[in-house]
Amino acid sequence: MIEVKNLHKSFGDAHILKGISTSFSKGKTNLIIGQSGSGKTVFLKCLLGLFDYEEGSISYDGKIFSKLTEDQKRNLRAEIGMVFQGSALFDSMTIAENVMFPLQMFTKMNKSEMEDRANFVLKRVNLHDAHKKMPSEASGGMQKRVAIARAIVNNPKYLFCDEPNSGLDPKTAIVIDNLIQEITDEYQITTVINSHDMNSVMEIGEKIVFLKDGHKAWEGSKETIFKTDNAVVTDFVYSSNLFKKVRKMYIEENS
Amino acid sequence: MSYLHNIGVYFLMIAEMFRKPTKWSVMRTLIFKDINDLIIGSLGIIAFISFFVGGVITIQTALNIDNPLIPKYLVGFATRQSIILEFAPTFTSIIMAGKVGSFITSSIGTMRVTEQIDALEVMGINSLNYLVFPKTIALMLYPFAIAIGMFLGILGGMAACVFGGYSTLADYILGIQTDFDNFHVIYSFIKTFVFAFVLATIPSFHGYYMKGGALEVGKASTTAFVWTSVAIILINYILTDMMLG
Repeated sequence: MIEVKNLHKSFGDAHILKGISTSFSKGKTNLIIGQSGSGKTVFLKCLLGLFDYEEGSISYDGKIFSKLTEDQKRNLRAEIGMVFQGSALFDSMTIAENVMFPLQMFTKMNKSEMEDRANFVLKRVNLHDAHKKMPSEASGGMQKRVAIARAIVNNPKYLFCDEPNSGLDPKTAIVIDNLIQEITDEYQITTVINSHDMNSVMEIGEKIVFLKDGHKAWEGSKETIFKTDNAVVTDFVYSSNLFKKVRKMYIEENS
Repeated sequence: MSYLHNIGVYFLMIAEMFRKPTKWSVMRTLIFKDINDLIIGSLGIIAFISFFVGGVITIQTALNIDNPLIPKYLVGFATRQSIILEFAPTFTSIIMAGKVGSFITSSIGTMRVTEQIDALEVMGINSLNYLVFPKTIALMLYPFAIAIGMFLGILGGMAACVFGGYSTLADYILGIQTDFDNFHVIYSFIKTFVFAFVLATIPSFHGYYMKGGALEVGKASTTAFVWTSVAIILINYILTDMMLG
């Protein structure tokens, strides 16, 4: 479980995060949503320890990140998997080498053990024959799956995804969403996803945190987001006619 | 003020580069890869430029000696001194600032733009140690490349001298043996070690701390080349004054 208390972050005079408090449970897909510029990426980078913050605290299963020593932080980071928006695969390595990289860095496995583990996770993300390809030879969807494979190869306790299905066609985006949810459930990982894709929200949002102008404007789940009459949320989530209709149908079916 | 700030960040980067070392089995592979990319990959251009510039120095020197009282062996002497003292260590390093430096800046800058550096940091890896340290160690072999450059420069001078009819082979060889001072070679290699460190770290600094997208990677490469060249020229002056002055 990840707990965030009263998080403040500024860049110079710009106050980006204004006292966010929330928690993300183990074994659940937790989504952070909000408009561009609402502070989602800054919030995610604070959670990952890539940005320092002025006030507040972030704790991972009771361990307050800012109070950890450098070695403890490094050990904690070895338990974190991250899927970046652009996949962030290492260009100079093959797909298999990318997946084996965390094992090479943090385990004492020999080469054949690493290859076995990489094969296992690549199969888990439905990539069977791509081991020797370079990332540049893989499609966007394949790259995302490789990034997920790399993120989970070392059995992380926490998985972070920044816009995991941006730039993907709707069908592949659903495949990626479902894959993340299955992995979260299967390995009981605490997963935090940064997204503004409403399909993802409806599909896998077991917990949703809505950010607006650096504040937490609302939190709930994919079920409660249909029922909420919070104007800030409905303005954003139901801005398209399609989602307005989906919401109407949902309310009619469940009333 | 921003220059002072950048100089401070540069030295902090160097200190950070030695902290939290990467696993040796991984580091060894990175060092060998960088030796291949930065040293072996540069030998061709160093050899080509050294050979022909050696030839040009010889021709220019021979053409400017029209006084019959000046001995012909001076052509070989002047070529040797020019190549060992300045051309091989300093001017080759400026050319390498363009080749090796822009490669380092663009490769690290691209990793920054595509979040690969963030990926390393999230994994708990010291990205400066992972990216910059192996390049610095690989470039410690740079003096070997410069030694080859010195040899080929003098050889190129000999070829131009003899085949161009500016002097005899015996005069040229006498010239390159005349008043030979071992310390000049030591001075040259000390300079080269310092330049190698500059060649590894200044372009890395510009790549690592760049902000923006693909266009900024190009701009960072150009800036890195300019500042690496400026640093080489300044350090060359200071070291020459300290060691030969």
